[in-house]
Amino acid sequence: MLKTIKVPPHITEEKLKSLYKEMWLTRYFDEKVDQFFAKGLIHGTTHLCVGQEPSASGSIAALKPEDKITSVHRGHGHCIAKGADVNKMMAELFGRVTGYCKGKGGSMHIADLELGNLGANGIVGGGIPLACGAALTSKMKNLGYVVLCFFGDGASNEGSFHEALNLASIWKLPVVFFCENNQYGMSGSVKEMTNIENIADRAVSYGIPGKVVDGLDVIEILNVTYDAVERARNGEGPTLIEAKTYRWKGHSKSDAKKYRTREEEEEWKSKDGIKRFKELLISEGIFTEEEAKQLQQEAKKEIEDAVIFAQNSPEPSLDTLLEDVYA
Amino acid sequence: MSERVITYLEAVREAMSQEMRKNEDVFILGEDIGVYGGAFGVTRGMIEEFGPERVRNTPISEAAIAGTAVGAALTGMRPILEIQFSDFITIAMDQIVNQAAKIRYMYGGKGKVPMVVRLPGGSGTGAAAQHSQSLEAWTAHIPGLKVVQPSTAYDAKGLLKAAMDDDNPVIFYEHKLLYKTSWEVPEEQYSIPLGVADIKREGKDVTIVATGIMVHKALEAARELEKEGIDVEIVDPRTLVPLDKETIINSVKKTGKLIVVHEAVKRGGFGGEIASVVAESEAFDYLDAPIVRLGGKEVPIPYNPNLEKAAIPQVPDIIQAVKETVRFK
Repeated sequence: MLKTIKVPPHITEEKLKSLYKEMWLTRYFDEKVDQFFAKGLIHGTTHLCVGQEPSASGSIAALKPEDKITSVHRGHGHCIAKGADVNKMMAELFGRVTGYCKGKGGSMHIADLELGNLGANGIVGGGIPLACGAALTSKMKNLGYVVLCFFGDGASNEGSFHEALNLASIWKLPVVFFCENNQYGMSGSVKEMTNIENIADRAVSYGIPGKVVDGLDVIEILNVTYDAVERARNGEGPTLIEAKTYRWKGHSKSDAKKYRTREEEEEWKSKDGIKRFKELLISEGIFTEEEAKQLQQEAKKEIEDAVIFAQNSPEPSLDTLLEDVYA
Repeated sequence: MSERVITYLEAVREAMSQEMRKNEDVFILGEDIGVYGGAFGVTRGMIEEFGPERVRNTPISEAAIAGTAVGAALTGMRPILEIQFSDFITIAMDQIVNQAAKIRYMYGGKGKVPMVVRLPGGSGTGAAAQHSQSLEAWTAHIPGLKVVQPSTAYDAKGLLKAAMDDDNPVIFYEHKLLYKTSWEVPEEQYSIPLGVADIKREGKDVTIVATGIMVHKALEAARELEKEGIDVEIVDPRTLVPLDKETIINSVKKTGKLIVVHEAVKRGGFGGEIASVVAESEAFDYLDAPIVRLGGKEVPIPYNPNLEKAAIPQVPDIIQAVKETVRFK
């Protein structure tokens, strides 16, 4: 049994172990993608969430399988946490027909509707109203699911954020707004672009609870999200959660990172949430250092296999160009 | 036996109400559509029948309500979004253009967005530049959207039924000045397929392709021209996307002359598309005269009633264009 930590009732020791592995899956996935971009083997653009794994995995672990998410351009971690097939994800980044979007969407548009992943989004703040709509369906059809809506600190300055929070609040929609504050938009720091200490403070304007969590603390993220999700499920309306986190990599592939210092990066990296989670699980006696290493190796192997799957997959036929514009 | 006569506005309301009685997934959301009945009264009485859950009065948040409609459609509902004035689509554009229109394609054919965006458009009410536009060409430009522009109450009811049945986002332009016009409209539900033009008047001398309220101005012009022995054919595409090219091309092959009339600004307007469709088709060989486009002047819609009228094509403009066109043999 867990010695010092409290977790929601559905979280077993096995689930905690799988969360650990899942975060490594995300990290290896994005590191692999980074390497392939550097080599020119993947084209287009991508946004990596290395360093932010705890906020994706910790929050999605609070959900039931029928709950849904909306994601963002930096969304690989959300996809993996919602159960996505990393083979299909990697194939999509390689533009292959076996990818999630048959090679038509790329990194920013991965969705898996069966798993309740309503999709990443290339428009900052674009997915926030969509989450309200999905939550409205749940409410109108009495389906009981909650929507966990991800966005970043940059999106909290979009009108869609403010409109959606207000709408969700007055209609008491079963949605939880989850801001991954990774400190920067593309280059604009949150300190430069907002004049408040916490984005979560904006909840006050909409008459909903606002919570700040340590974005590197999986257990805190899990518990706070769980409380918000259950509150939403009980018809009490939305919550705004802000996870303070950091993206280790640049905004996208061509970022010289002139807007921040290497010292700042090193300081955040030294607080790595995955490492911290491992130490916690070891001290709780959930796994040993050796078992942790094994899980990490399994994750690495799965991503390597995903690359092989992607590279061996065919390109989409040109005949598919005009398919799927209309239903 | 004469049929029942109702207004265009009532036809739109009846189409929605009949569908909402049958299909619980259909609901309407928009600003002031509750007890107020909407800015033009289209939803008047609906909240009393269907309740506030299905006639959802929203905050003035076009981006959020458009996105909410998209998200609801993606997860199994069939929303109708009333944008109070069609001009306000500009504030909802991300959700319509970047989200609704593209989700299915971006996701590799997964998911669908069955929603109708109802847009009261057009000038003639003295509401000036920000409440009088005709921006349908913007939406027709976007793959993934369908665009409907009914000119009569009969068409409005049947096309709206088809739009609500469609599994794609459908942009539905209603003309404010047509709302109070009365027509024979069957009481029962019926559907007019999207992509089927209607020949509003048969003729042999010249084809006028007119949209929205311009259909009626063209009809009026045709009645005048008939007195001078000029026989005008009027084709109403009814839907811009999909466009019934065949009916337009066949009409031009018959008459050998084409005039396109719309209220929207001529520059970049949909008339250019129709003219090009004909120019690129076998009907080109049948043309005896240059194609003429009549559209709005390249100005914002002004407030003064005389200026406002002068900003868009009027019956005399159409008569003049026809006379100049039929001179070619």
